[in-house]
Amino acid sequence: MARSSVAKECDTDMKTSANKAWGDTLFKGMTLFFATGILILFIAILIALWHESAPAIDKFGLSFLTSTAWNPVKDEFGALIPMAGTILSTILAMLIAVPLSIGVALFLAELAPVWMRAPFGTAIELLAAIPSIVYGMWGLFVLAPIMADHVQPWLAEHLGFIPLFSGPQMGIGMLTAGLVLALMILPFIASVTRDVFLMVPQNLKEAAYGMGATTWEVVRDVMIPYGKKGIVGAVFLGMGRALGETMAVTFVIGNAYHLSWSLFAPGNSIASTLANEFTEADSDVYLASLMELGLVLFLLTFLVLGAAQLWLKRGIEGGGK
Amino acid sequence: MKKAILAAAMFAIGSIGSLAQAATTINGAGATFPYPVYSKWAWAYNKETGVRLNYQSIGSGGGIKQIKARTVDFGASDAPLKPEELDKFGLMQWPQIMGGVVPVVHIEGIGTGQLRLTAENLADIYLGKIKKWDDARIAASNPGLKLPHQDITVVHRADGSGTTWIFTNYLSKVSDEWKNKVGNAKSVQWPVGLGGKGNEGVAAFVRKVNGSIGYVEYAYALQNRMASVLLQNRAGNFVAPTSANFQAAAAGADWAHAKGYYMVLTNQPGANSWPITGASFILMYKTQDNPEQAREVLKFYDWSFHHGQKIAESLDYVPMPASVVKMIEASWKNEIKDKHGNPIWQ
Repeated sequence: MARSSVAKECDTDMKTSANKAWGDTLFKGMTLFFATGILILFIAILIALWHESAPAIDKFGLSFLTSTAWNPVKDEFGALIPMAGTILSTILAMLIAVPLSIGVALFLAELAPVWMRAPFGTAIELLAAIPSIVYGMWGLFVLAPIMADHVQPWLAEHLGFIPLFSGPQMGIGMLTAGLVLALMILPFIASVTRDVFLMVPQNLKEAAYGMGATTWEVVRDVMIPYGKKGIVGAVFLGMGRALGETMAVTFVIGNAYHLSWSLFAPGNSIASTLANEFTEADSDVYLASLMELGLVLFLLTFLVLGAAQLWLKRGIEGGGK
Repeated sequence: MKKAILAAAMFAIGSIGSLAQAATTINGAGATFPYPVYSKWAWAYNKETGVRLNYQSIGSGGGIKQIKARTVDFGASDAPLKPEELDKFGLMQWPQIMGGVVPVVHIEGIGTGQLRLTAENLADIYLGKIKKWDDARIAASNPGLKLPHQDITVVHRADGSGTTWIFTNYLSKVSDEWKNKVGNAKSVQWPVGLGGKGNEGVAAFVRKVNGSIGYVEYAYALQNRMASVLLQNRAGNFVAPTSANFQAAAAGADWAHAKGYYMVLTNQPGANSWPITGASFILMYKTQDNPEQAREVLKFYDWSFHHGQKIAESLDYVPMPASVVKMIEASWKNEIKDKHGNPIWQ
């Protein structure tokens, strides 16, 4: 009933509403086109990588993922060392960056005096704008000597019984790469997390304070649960960047195909292997192996982010119970 | 109206044509090793003739790929192609410029030209068999030099490169173990060490890491004031990396009997020959669809052979000797033809 009366009222505007409908259809079509464009692009990249890496997939099969060989002379290639390097450097970076950046965000959102918040917040955001090659050069010229002369000798002296902190102290290697990566992703995680904390309704916090909660209790029981989804999103944004970071890592990771328990030892990552070796890959299998590495990185990132989404969805549903 | 559009179009086409005529551009791509000298030659040549050279230093492998795909007028490579491969693609190659690869060290208290290494020492260090600087095998050829009890950090190239090709070619010649275990290529599976990207990456690692050894092109060692070593050559003498010693290595080379100019200058005989010397090569198709363009390329290289020596020497490269230049230009005449089989170079 109500519908027909509304329709009658609209009769007078028939012409314009027809135009509107046409415009809506066009708009819908365009957005649909763009949205499917992304999906098509995604699938096209996947197919192209698969197609280009076919010679390597045919030759090595699944052993590509478990082999430590990387021998351009004999045309034998395996992804294990670069894969391990990518995952290890990312884990190191996350271990350092996540607690730090949540601390930074909390300070800026909750604890810092008001006059301090804007300049500090802007400074953190500016860190994100520094090109990655600058981080790489800083890592090589400033951080690596400090690591070699001060940090690594100290770690070896106090924690040297753990194999992670043994071996030659060159300042260039997995640990330095993890540190540089941590610094690079910190501003991303910190600035998004700060925004998430700022979105916590003031009355929720005030209610908690009113009940006599300490600042720590408010943070733990109100702000973090409220912003959980946003914080996890920020963490995965940083993680996505760490997984694919190329130039900064290339400078400090050491680019060596050796597996070692020591975090001081040089290693390699998928992205830096690709950056280093693409131009001079002269045999078909070599080139295809690099393509397959790209495919592996693509799938690795996809799996990690997919798992994150799934976990997030579960977590939210669980929290709702 | 239609006429006006037509006229405008004609004018546009005409002006594009005349623009192309006014500035001839020759395109090349390849090795990074000779890039500094090619770009300086190009600048000087452009001032003299107005012809522009667009050289992309994308690496030897890239250069070979680009010339095979015919997207450039010439390719450049630090590793010569084998005669069979040249024939397969109908290419000709010639050596354009020479230079040396230099092992450099960073050891507290040891300056340039103080550390003596035998060929076996160098191979064993890069194989990871000699691990400390005060190893008896190194000390044997360095009486009187105080070597520290320090780990050796080996630095190599992380990217594929012609410099690595020359270096591993030398190691393969002097060490059977290297030849069988690692081999000779633009990138290899290094038994030990750190990888730096480009000559500048290796130079940076060697400068930052105490107790390290690396290998770079001569110009980088010189510009960065790095401590180079004295290397024992085939004649048994410990020689320093200098232009004169690179030239000595090149002088003994028998280019006349090298089919397709396939010649590697490592480990050459001669009392003063620097053992890790290499040439950089230019690749062109033997049959040229566009003879005018090909002639411009040859003119440029002819000019650089005859007027570019000073520039090359100022950048610490070694120009090709006059006798070899004569041979190369005769080969141009014999081998590079247009579609009808007429020689392009007169």
